[in-house]
Amino acid sequence: MRFAEAVRLAFQTIRAQKLKSVFSAVGVFIGVAFLIGAWSIVNGMNVYMTEKFAGTLIGVNTFHLRRRPNFTPNVSDSTWRAWRRRPRISFEDADAVSNGITIPVITAWWSEDRGDVEYGSKKAKQVSLQGATERYFDIRNIRIEQGRAFTPQEARGGTTVLVMGHDLADKLFEGRDPLGKSVRIHGIPYRVIGVAERRGNLLGISLDKFVIAPAVSPIQREVNPPGVIDALMVKASSEVEMREAMGQVEGIMRSRRHLRPHQDDNFVLETSEGVLDFWGKINRILLAVGPGLVLIALVVGGIVIMNIMLMAVAERTREIGIRKSLGARRRDILRQFLAESATLAAIGAVLGVATGIGLSVALNAATPLPASVSPVSIALGVLLGAGVGIVAGVYPASRAARLDPIVALRQE
Amino acid sequence: MTTAQPMTFRTGDTPLPDIVILTHKLARDYDMGGEVVHALRGVDIQIRRNEFVAIMGPSGSGKSTLMNLIGCLDTPTAGEYWLNGQKVSDLSDDELARIRNKEIGFVFQTFNLLPRATSLHNVELPLIYAGMPAQPRRQQAARALERVGLGDRMAHKPNELSGGQRQRVAIARALVNEPSILLADEPTGNLDSATSAELMGVFADLHRQGQTIVMVTHEHDIAAHAARVVTLRDGLIATDQRRAA
Repeated sequence: MRFAEAVRLAFQTIRAQKLKSVFSAVGVFIGVAFLIGAWSIVNGMNVYMTEKFAGTLIGVNTFHLRRRPNFTPNVSDSTWRAWRRRPRISFEDADAVSNGITIPVITAWWSEDRGDVEYGSKKAKQVSLQGATERYFDIRNIRIEQGRAFTPQEARGGTTVLVMGHDLADKLFEGRDPLGKSVRIHGIPYRVIGVAERRGNLLGISLDKFVIAPAVSPIQREVNPPGVIDALMVKASSEVEMREAMGQVEGIMRSRRHLRPHQDDNFVLETSEGVLDFWGKINRILLAVGPGLVLIALVVGGIVIMNIMLMAVAERTREIGIRKSLGARRRDILRQFLAESATLAAIGAVLGVATGIGLSVALNAATPLPASVSPVSIALGVLLGAGVGIVAGVYPASRAARLDPIVALRQE
Repeated sequence: MTTAQPMTFRTGDTPLPDIVILTHKLARDYDMGGEVVHALRGVDIQIRRNEFVAIMGPSGSGKSTLMNLIGCLDTPTAGEYWLNGQKVSDLSDDELARIRNKEIGFVFQTFNLLPRATSLHNVELPLIYAGMPAQPRRQQAARALERVGLGDRMAHKPNELSGGQRQRVAIARALVNEPSILLADEPTGNLDSATSAELMGVFADLHRQGQTIVMVTHEHDIAAHAARVVTLRDGLIATDQRRAA
């Protein structure tokens, strides 16, 4: 009996025994759907974390000089208390660093807190209030859609002007031109000179609900104690130069703070890698746990298939006897039952692939995760599924093939 | 009536060309949990081409065992079995499967049709295992069904057919590969007497067309349709008589 014949026969039997077939396909189905779904989610999160999250929060080839790390997965209380005792980054620190770096970099001061912004009777709450210097726009790649960013003169002079995010402009001005209008933060009026291009959202949080005013303008009082900033941002033109610049900044800061060689830094240079470190830990856990879960699902699926095939062999002993009496060889019977279990598993695998893809498409639509199905995972899923079917089918099939035709024919 | 054995056969001989079935000192023991049962104790039988032979005997006489051996479903403990000039008593499992496929057509008491398959597919089965491509296979199976008068029942499943029709499907299946022998095991056991008579008519026709038929039965009136009756008792041939034609 040829292979195509065996598969055709397998389909006939599967059609004739729908319920049993469904059960045996389910195990493989779950395993494969999970494999593809989980794979695409992890992949999507990877892309998201590396490209969007880290890039948005810190920026490429950029590091932040801060008192303590901003992105802290989980630290002990004592570490946290030690961080809180550290001196803050002062204006003088920032200036000294900016002037001391010999690598060509651009730097910007930056501080942030949340607060209200008012225009006339309208009030936007929980807006990100940011104090920055003029190169901040370049470092964070914030493009101005309307109006302009502030000039170095305005930045140095602390002029009460600001650039606002798109969502905030929409909320306060409802389609009217915001340029030149005066908004108030804590009662102090600022003139709107620019609206930034829409940036979308990050994990569902709007990235367009902010104002940026010169760091030394009165906004300083909203975001930090006098004379200090949250971070000095330093952007180099390459990874190598960024590393070099980080070395220089560390040296400058250590000497400014009179740290002895045995003392640790009491500041931190945070790069996007630091953020990714945290993600890497989660990723490693997923990579360790994921295959295990897939394996369990497939093993369970395989056992279910094996059981059902054993039942099928027992039930169809007479059929096997008839086939043998008509000239079926051992390998014909073996092939028939193997084809049946492999076909069942393949059906489960194909449905699993479809569901996995559906899952990932749904996820893509419903969440900001760019979940994408990798072709490798599809191939792997189908291969694993069919493999499980064959492995699970071998034992029942060989039992069927070895049946004595006389005994098999006698069975009622 | 005359004794049917045509000539003596010694170990080392080969059968005459017109001998389809030849057994020589054929023995089959069963080990029933330590106790050895001698089902056949040395059966010598020769069946010529185009004979219609009935094998009779009380239960336990060894006729089923002989049937299984002749049908190549089983292998003997000792002795020789020649089928169509080929010594099959020491063939392997797969070679026996090939012999069953090419040389033997079975008709069973319980029909032994696949319940979920149509008549056509049931008749196709031996051709499938012979490796015939789908197109000619279907045609040949259809012709076999037409020959037994079931050309209009090809798409029916066994449970949609009467007992007589089922047995005719089984006959079509047995003959589709044009085997050397038609081996019938109590073929009328599950049929009423009218249908039995009809079936014996079919057998008589086949016999007239040159088909060799070996039939196991315990009914004397059925055995009476055969030209030769072999009676077994305690694993040995008791009588072997040819009816005067």
